[in-house]
Amino acid sequence: MKVSVAWLRELVATDLPVERIAHILTMGGLEVEEVTPVAGAFTGIVVAHVKSVAPHPNADKLRVAEVDAGTGETLQIVCGAPNVAAGQKVPCALVGAKLPGFDIKKAKLRGIESNGMLCSARELGLSDDHAGLLVLPDDAPVGKDIREYLGLDDTILTLKLTPNRGDCLSMFGIARDFAALAGLPAKLMPETEVAATIEDSRPVRLSAPEACPHYCGRVIRGLDARARTPDWMARRLERAGLRPKSPLVDITNFVMLERGQPMHAFDEAKLKGGIDVRWMAPGEQLQLLNDQWAESIPNLLAIADESGPVALGGVMGGAGTMVTEATTDVFFEAAYFTPEAVQGRTKQLQLASDAAYRFERGIDPQGSRAALERATQLTLAICGGRAGPVTQAQGGMIGRASVRVRPARVRSLLGYDIPDAFVRESLERLACRVEGAGDALEVTPPSWRHDLSIEEDFVEEVARIHGYEHVPADAPRSSVPMLEVVEGARSRFDLKLACADLGYQEVINYSFVSSAWEEDFAGNGAPVRLANPIASTMDVMRTTLVGGIVQAVLANLNRDEPRTRLFEIGRCFLAEGPSEAEQPERLAAITFGGRLPEQWGESARAADFYDAKGDLEAIAGSAVLEFASGAHPACHPGRCARVLSGGRDVGVVGELHPRLQQKYDLPGAPVFFEIETAVLLSGRAPRFSGVSRMPTVRRDLAVLVDETVPAGRILATLRSAAPACVREIEVFDQYRGKGIEDGRKSLAFRVVMQDTDRTLTDAEVEEIVGSIRRLLTEQYKAQPRT
Amino acid sequence: MQELDRIVADAEVAFAACATAPDLEQAKARFLGKAGALTELLKGLGKLPPEEKPRAGAAINEAKTRVEVLLAGRREALLAAELESRLAAESIDVTLPGRRQSAGGLHPITRAQAHIERLFASMGFSVADGPEIENDFYNFTALRMFPNHPSRSMQDTFYIAGSDKVLRTHTSPVQIRHMQSHTPPIRVICPGRVYRVDHDATHSPMFHQIEGLWVDEGISLADLKGTITQFCRAFFEREDIEIRFRPSYFPFVEPGVEIDMVWERKGDEVKFLEIGGAGVVHPDVLRNGKIDPERHSGFAFGMGLDRLAMLKYGVNDLRLFFENDLKFLRQFR
Repeated sequence: MKVSVAWLRELVATDLPVERIAHILTMGGLEVEEVTPVAGAFTGIVVAHVKSVAPHPNADKLRVAEVDAGTGETLQIVCGAPNVAAGQKVPCALVGAKLPGFDIKKAKLRGIESNGMLCSARELGLSDDHAGLLVLPDDAPVGKDIREYLGLDDTILTLKLTPNRGDCLSMFGIARDFAALAGLPAKLMPETEVAATIEDSRPVRLSAPEACPHYCGRVIRGLDARARTPDWMARRLERAGLRPKSPLVDITNFVMLERGQPMHAFDEAKLKGGIDVRWMAPGEQLQLLNDQWAESIPNLLAIADESGPVALGGVMGGAGTMVTEATTDVFFEAAYFTPEAVQGRTKQLQLASDAAYRFERGIDPQGSRAALERATQLTLAICGGRAGPVTQAQGGMIGRASVRVRPARVRSLLGYDIPDAFVRESLERLACRVEGAGDALEVTPPSWRHDLSIEEDFVEEVARIHGYEHVPADAPRSSVPMLEVVEGARSRFDLKLACADLGYQEVINYSFVSSAWEEDFAGNGAPVRLANPIASTMDVMRTTLVGGIVQAVLANLNRDEPRTRLFEIGRCFLAEGPSEAEQPERLAAITFGGRLPEQWGESARAADFYDAKGDLEAIAGSAVLEFASGAHPACHPGRCARVLSGGRDVGVVGELHPRLQQKYDLPGAPVFFEIETAVLLSGRAPRFSGVSRMPTVRRDLAVLVDETVPAGRILATLRSAAPACVREIEVFDQYRGKGIEDGRKSLAFRVVMQDTDRTLTDAEVEEIVGSIRRLLTEQYKAQPRT
Repeated sequence: MQELDRIVADAEVAFAACATAPDLEQAKARFLGKAGALTELLKGLGKLPPEEKPRAGAAINEAKTRVEVLLAGRREALLAAELESRLAAESIDVTLPGRRQSAGGLHPITRAQAHIERLFASMGFSVADGPEIENDFYNFTALRMFPNHPSRSMQDTFYIAGSDKVLRTHTSPVQIRHMQSHTPPIRVICPGRVYRVDHDATHSPMFHQIEGLWVDEGISLADLKGTITQFCRAFFEREDIEIRFRPSYFPFVEPGVEIDMVWERKGDEVKFLEIGGAGVVHPDVLRNGKIDPERHSGFAFGMGLDRLAMLKYGVNDLRLFFENDLKFLRQFR
């Protein structure tokens, strides 16, 4: 909403400087985004008449004009504008005029004396247009100060209004609220009625009173639709951002701007019979003013005559009945359409409508009659004609109920002391009717305030009038129960630190990715899809973090970062439901390039599967993870492990599939893991289980087994079968190649034994080792390696 | 007796001449070995008259002890010298860089978020989270943003195709979910990713918010201002920060406020920065969270986490947070 300060000052008399006015509005909740003077700061520019134009003897692009600027003498002025012509009225800066950055002096231009300067719109600071002189209307009075003539001592405030303040989408509305905030009286135009001088009228029926409870109409005959919109009106429209079109359209727009009541003018001659306000019937359609067709959607409200719909109520008029230059008779409509009857319709029809914008936010349900009278008065003054009587159709207006407002509640919600008297005064300043006294006031809001319906709404109004800047910044007081903290559980931040400690850098990728990535990295042909993606490369929700971190590796490779270790924690979206299973949070980490950064003390080696797995094991903390060979769309089929926790799949470790490595043009294969964070975050306090002071015994066993037997399976077998005194069984070497027959590999196990309360005898140790050997032989066809 | 003194003197000279342990052992044999000078003298004791034996024996033994002391001294000296030369040979260039994995790091938004979580934890706030694909009820209706209402157009929403679900446009739905599963006093913050159809120099289609909710008996707008003021001072580590409230409208609070922070004061000129929206929780929203608004009241706020991080670290372009450029990210280690 653009507000002319000059207009506002007419409605609320005040000498307050513009900045102060803007501050009061902003602090009252009507945020002023921009303060823009309509013209530059200049003096000494007047309306001038160009009497003659002659070529400049010494310059092709310059002309010499003889100008009457009302100074009593004819001024010779050299002018460079291409559009200068005899007979024009133009702005002329006289000698002595001050413009931003320079003063006008007597000068010689290419040998010809020049006594002033003819001005373009840009020199006046009106626009950037400097293609030519600003040509004024023929009736512009010569010698008149241009600031006064064009009303340039004005400033435009651009307001960013919140959707609850439909009442402020007009000058009257802004003036009312400003007056209340500033504690000044507003002098809005008194309501007048224009008496009918003809008897013509058109009957109106309200068949959908729930959508249109009140409708005023009036016929005006014998008007001149070619009349000129007066300058003052055109200027006000322009300063509000509306382009003047024709007097009838301008009048309806002006009334809307002034009072917030959208209006419509029908060409009376094109209407047939009575008006009915009803829901559109199946099969009906209407061509709108903008030539768009509105199809028969049952939630559209029609203004219909005998021939069918002629306008969409509250949204836009129809093309067939619109006023034209040939129009001599009009039917004016000023109605109240409820917000519910209009909300969503412009979005549905994909059109913009200033009228709908106001109706869906709520206009004053009791303002239609006054607006119609105002439009009549303006029409008769501008276009002439004679007015018929006002037809009013009333469909059961619901009066506003009063609300109980307790001053004590006001103080309790605001948290500071506001006297009872101020509660009452502030509500009365806002035109609320306040009845009762003491603990509970009965408050009825004015008809235009749709946003006031419960006690809390009035609490805000009191605070607004009192001034939000007076809210104290109290240190809050409250009971302070201790937070529940599970010892052993890790926060997301702890987990991130664990990753960073292993040399991984955190990244953040968008949660939406391209469907191609989903195919590539998740093998997912049916991801959750966005209806309105911002780009085709961000059209689906990710089900894996892997695509994002691979792309981050690539992006950094292109920024000369040949080695990267990255991680991300974020949600994946397996389904639309709200549960953790459907939108699991995961951690993914990737290493590309050397296991370690290039350094003097370590030989270079590319990070491989076991590095990624080792990092995951290091991050896992107390979580018990199991690994089994597996398959994943993003992984090398022979270098991929499922990660399980409690028998459930919770993640994957692997090397990027060579196909993807090639497709994404990576010079090497990154290794990565991805795992649900829930598994890593949970934890519990540990339990002490005694410390044995007995000596430990270590025995190493090297055996040959088939190459295809996973070491992890053997370890699991041995660990589950071992007696309690076996503290540790671990693989410490794997070997295949020279000295070992094809298809076999050598595995070396370390077995550490210790009893809690006595020293193990040699016989016992041999017994345990023997049982392990037997198990290896029986289950895995293992042979001792010699 | 003179002979004994000479032997001891000879031994001292001989031991000193030895540069290695084996040399020393050989030299030792000359004096203390089976055919050593002192051993020979001891053997000759038998030939002496009985009355001279004790005195002569004692003298020889005394000389033997002196030679042994000399020998031990020389042994120690040789060992020390040997150790010294070995240590000298083992010395390294300590100025070479240490052997190490590269340093990792946290994203600046994580840093800022962790700081905020710690500050609010010190006031008794816990941390909650919720789904990012939300349904209409939690994202809008429970927050009084009713279907078709213009308040919905305040946030351009991503919709899920073929469904009424949306990507949450704010962290406020977590308020409702949390109230439904907890009873007052409630103090919770909800940081997280949110989504809006907006993409330019100052907007990202995905960004981060941090929501706060405090519900208890007698919670007021003044408590909100106090909490936010303390938070901003603690977060920016500046005592001169002041908070200004302006009336605004969010359907789920009443009264509603826009929070401005006084960032710079030059004479009469004050530079304000918008840091978020807030207000007293609307009674209908409390009811949607199964809380009786006559008994409990609360405040809620929502701040832009990315914006807070930008201000804190002096980052001038929001998009940098999502480009994952290591040259940017490394600056936050």
